[in-house]
Amino acid sequence: MSLKIRKGVPLIDQHDKNFMYGGKFGGNFIPETLKKPIDDLTQLFSKLRKNKSFIKERDYYFRTYIGTPTPFIKLENLTDQLGGAQIYAKVVSEANGGAHKIYNATVHCLIAKKAGKKYIVGDTGAGYAGKMLSMAAKKFGLKCKIFMGAKDIKRQRPNVEAIKKNGAQIVPVTTGSQTLVDAVSECMRYWVSNCDRVHNCIGSTVGPNIFVKICAWSTAQISRELVNQVILEFGKIPKKLKLINCVGGGSSAAGFWNEFMETDAEFIGVEAGGPKNSKLHAAPLTNGSKIGILHGAAQYVIQDKEGQIGSTESISAGLDYPGISPLHCFLKDSKRAKYTSVSDEDALKAYKLVSKLENISPSLEPSHAFAEAIRLAPKLKSSEVIIVNSCGDSLKDKDIIKQRLGYYIR
Amino acid sequence: MKSSITLAFNKCKKEKRPALITYIVAGDNTKNVSLNILNKISKHADILELGFPHNTPIADGGQIQGSSHRALKNGIKLKDVFQIVKKFKKRNPSKPIILMGYFNLIYQSGENNFLKNCEKSGVDGLIIVDLPYPENKSFAKKCKKKSISFIQLLAPTTTKERMKKIINDSHDMIYYISMLSTTGGKLKVSPKKILENYNKIKSIKPKKNLVIGFGITNKTINALKLADGLVVGSLLCKTISNSIKMRQNPVTKLDKVVYNLKNKIL
Repeated sequence: MSLKIRKGVPLIDQHDKNFMYGGKFGGNFIPETLKKPIDDLTQLFSKLRKNKSFIKERDYYFRTYIGTPTPFIKLENLTDQLGGAQIYAKVVSEANGGAHKIYNATVHCLIAKKAGKKYIVGDTGAGYAGKMLSMAAKKFGLKCKIFMGAKDIKRQRPNVEAIKKNGAQIVPVTTGSQTLVDAVSECMRYWVSNCDRVHNCIGSTVGPNIFVKICAWSTAQISRELVNQVILEFGKIPKKLKLINCVGGGSSAAGFWNEFMETDAEFIGVEAGGPKNSKLHAAPLTNGSKIGILHGAAQYVIQDKEGQIGSTESISAGLDYPGISPLHCFLKDSKRAKYTSVSDEDALKAYKLVSKLENISPSLEPSHAFAEAIRLAPKLKSSEVIIVNSCGDSLKDKDIIKQRLGYYIR
Repeated sequence: MKSSITLAFNKCKKEKRPALITYIVAGDNTKNVSLNILNKISKHADILELGFPHNTPIADGGQIQGSSHRALKNGIKLKDVFQIVKKFKKRNPSKPIILMGYFNLIYQSGENNFLKNCEKSGVDGLIIVDLPYPENKSFAKKCKKKSISFIQLLAPTTTKERMKKIINDSHDMIYYISMLSTTGGKLKVSPKKILENYNKIKSIKPKKNLVIGFGITNKTINALKLADGLVVGSLLCKTISNSIKMRQNPVTKLDKVVYNLKNKIL
């Protein structure tokens, strides 16, 4: 049975009374202890998002602190070289801190202040969510702790240093695979124990429903700007438009697509396919994973028959997650968005090509999206338009890229 | 007919003491060790909780995570968990056994199929950590139909209004989480304060059996003995960890620890 997306209702609000999208994704599968804090946060957020002065405050900090709007540029050289569709980039990596994670982090800090909390904690994979949360926490005077897998601490050194510089405490997570999945678990456990005084910021559109909502509501800023920028460039929203975005947890894609939901724009989500010739990947939507429960929400998730969460592998720490936002599960099953995956090797190639030809240098996460754009563009007519969300800067991946290619260009 | 969980509480009340409820993880560190532990400690314990391990537990502390990890490393599957229960119940038919774990394993196995296996092996109750009220209503109903107690949890954060609803819909036992913590945390609230909260909850429906868990060790158990029941879990998992490390027999070690716990609440 295919699901339907309703018109005129924000995607994040299209859930039933149990907070399930399409009756089967999302929800709140949480320990009793968290029920009240999550209810409180849900109520507070539903008030704040209707409150004009809160929106004004948000927009003020988005403008003056994050630096919105981020640029929308044509990738002339890449378009010429590939000879097909016109390729554009929304350069979200120009936002303060270098990635889209700053929107969610800023909004969570504003909410924490309204809730009267002095402490904020968060999880991080690529280190961007952690870096941004530590930045925003410093800006808004909150004490901050970041949970990060020990494997990710090693492979995302520049962001780790940034987090420390911002005065936040990094808690290395040494359980399980020592990556994002374990960081989110450990952060939730910490919140269970400290929910009376600590605000939790889940770093993507995953987790109990309220975190999916707050995050997607925050990143929606990307498409609010983009709609205007697209109309300014083309005079209208082009008939044949493809919006390509990488998806790990799915926060940047949710924000990149949100305002285009009721247009003809085609949405393509690109998951991490992992190394070529490896069975491991981080692409539950592409590879037909079954629905399961992870971190408080029902979603397509990499798991074994029994329901133990499976191992993943990806060159990009930010996409290296066995689950995927309930919003994307809903978009997939309602056929509003299509999902595919790109291997580590092809993502690296895309990084190389874009960094060489253009003035931007995407991190390994959006390099997955660029790889798909590079694959598609030559097959399309020059009247067609592709926009890629360049949602992170390669600087954080310097070590990995050097190790894999022998050099680093930016 | 009264359930074996209710009968166990009745017996303890007659003896004017709380029920001693133990928790270990099935398959920690082998199926046989688990079965032997259960057989041994059932002499002292009144109700036995058996965890079915999950590799992404969001509410467990280090000790239970460690036990779950060992069990999964040894390849424990749900069918093994049911086999342990079945073998145990064969020897101890009246001793209540409660399975505890996370919902995804039930979701994957299918609610009806899971409950059928519970029934066949002799499971008396279920605690599902991440299936809160009211989302658990339909599953709890299915449990009741099969005469399996669905054990509702209450936390220090649970509002009074909500508590009333949960207690009204509860079965033979209710579990009160003593403090804001994952399992195995250090008791950060005084036993006096915990009992104060406990009595408030108890007064909502005095006949319901209400047990306290989280942070209970040989040091704290005596101070809480006014409760209907007390759950000890992480201490037992830690004892298994240590005896494996010291190359001692976990079965005799556990027997000793549970015996001592029991003596503290007599």
